[in-house]
Amino acid sequence: MDSLVARYSRPATLNRETFSEDLQDGLHDDMNPGLSLKFAMPPVAQPSAWLRAATDDHANPNCPIKIAHGTTTLAFRFQGGIIVATDSRATAGNWIASQTVKKVIEINSCLLGTMAGGAADCQYWLAWLGMQCRLHELRHKRRISVAAASKILANLVYQYKGMGLSMGTMCAGVTKEEGPALYYIDSDGTRLAGNLFCVGSGQTFAYGVLDAEYRYDLGADEALELGRRSILAATHRDAYSGGYINLYHVKEDGWVKHGFSDTNPIFWKTKLEKGEFTNVTSALD
Amino acid sequence: MSSPFSINGGACVAMVGKDCVAIACDLRLGLQALTVSNNFPKIFQYGDVFLGLTGLATDVSTVSDLFRYKVNMYRLREERNIAPSTFANLVSSSLYERRFGPYFVSPVVAGLDPKSGRPFICGFDSIGCIDFAKDFIVSGTASEQLFGMCESLWEPDLGPDDLFETISQALLSAVDRDALSGWGAHVYIVEKDKVTKRLLKGRQD
Repeated sequence: MDSLVARYSRPATLNRETFSEDLQDGLHDDMNPGLSLKFAMPPVAQPSAWLRAATDDHANPNCPIKIAHGTTTLAFRFQGGIIVATDSRATAGNWIASQTVKKVIEINSCLLGTMAGGAADCQYWLAWLGMQCRLHELRHKRRISVAAASKILANLVYQYKGMGLSMGTMCAGVTKEEGPALYYIDSDGTRLAGNLFCVGSGQTFAYGVLDAEYRYDLGADEALELGRRSILAATHRDAYSGGYINLYHVKEDGWVKHGFSDTNPIFWKTKLEKGEFTNVTSALD
Repeated sequence: MSSPFSINGGACVAMVGKDCVAIACDLRLGLQALTVSNNFPKIFQYGDVFLGLTGLATDVSTVSDLFRYKVNMYRLREERNIAPSTFANLVSSSLYERRFGPYFVSPVVAGLDPKSGRPFICGFDSIGCIDFAKDFIVSGTASEQLFGMCESLWEPDLGPDDLFETISQALLSAVDRDALSGWGAHVYIVEKDKVTKRLLKGRQD
């Protein structure tokens, strides 16, 4: 009886924050069997507090471990499906660690996930989500719904609430039952269905362009251009976004990739040919 | 993260060539992640001497105005332009006057000596310690990247055209790896009786 109570009455965090073998077994029980989700914990009384002290550069600027952050990602539903667009920059502090990160993860031919926040967290758990979706497919002989896939991820991150996971992700996909569906999931455990989301340090800039031009009845080409232009605006104004624009269109019969293109030529084309970005000087006075 | 030196971002570099010097800066002014302006030059010309200032933008403005005043007063008293080495000592002592409440700037001075025509560059910390150099001086949030680029690209006795190419490539490559600087650049090539100022169209992300 005690073990049953212990197993089902555990609050999301706190009680779990002790270092013991029970913890690791306990975690394992809740998970799908056979998958190794036994993470080595630092041998201290409060692993999450210790980790925060070591990694959170807001609380402690001299933290020894800098985790890659900073992103702009967006996805929106429209008449012709879903547009998913991201930048490609990874930063660790002010250092640009990479300009060629793939922040869209192809979970399967009909499902996409986006990465924002901790790069390792997103990469690992979206790959894990891909595995869960495939297992679901094998077990039930049909493709998983977007609602179910996003909930697997939301439940997973909720289990780790308070432990320092950092991710803001969107799941976009189509199934026969749901049609095009879009969900936002973050490491607080939030899971929202919606028509339009932007996530990351450049989200406000992307929302600015997107909200101004967005209509549900946009044409496919217009929608792709809007996604591209929103990311471009964000890479321009946000120091922690930049690099390449990664564009996807989710249609009835799966997603189509629309390139991984450098922002630099796109920016100057937008400025010089369309007369936008007049704030940027292109000649000495 | 919220060090006064890295709130606004910015980068500056100076290099010595054969009978010429070059000094270049980026154009960004930001508030942490937000890019507020892409036209904020950090190089100031006082007669024949050039001063590059990176760091806290309010101090960049204040200090550049302060030295314009001081250089103008010098010119009125002495009835000649200030020499780069004299100006370097003026910068040094002016910064040390604020030893216990410094301006948050990292200055760079470049110019040709008016008498000998010999190139002169030097850099400073925020309280006036002079760093004389025979090759190059870097400052700003991209200084580590600039050190790497300059160490690999710079060579002795470059002519004005090669020096322009070298300093431009060094600066553009360096700021492309720094989130807080970039968004275009100004480059000055200083020769005897001739100053060339160019605008570099850098990446705007």
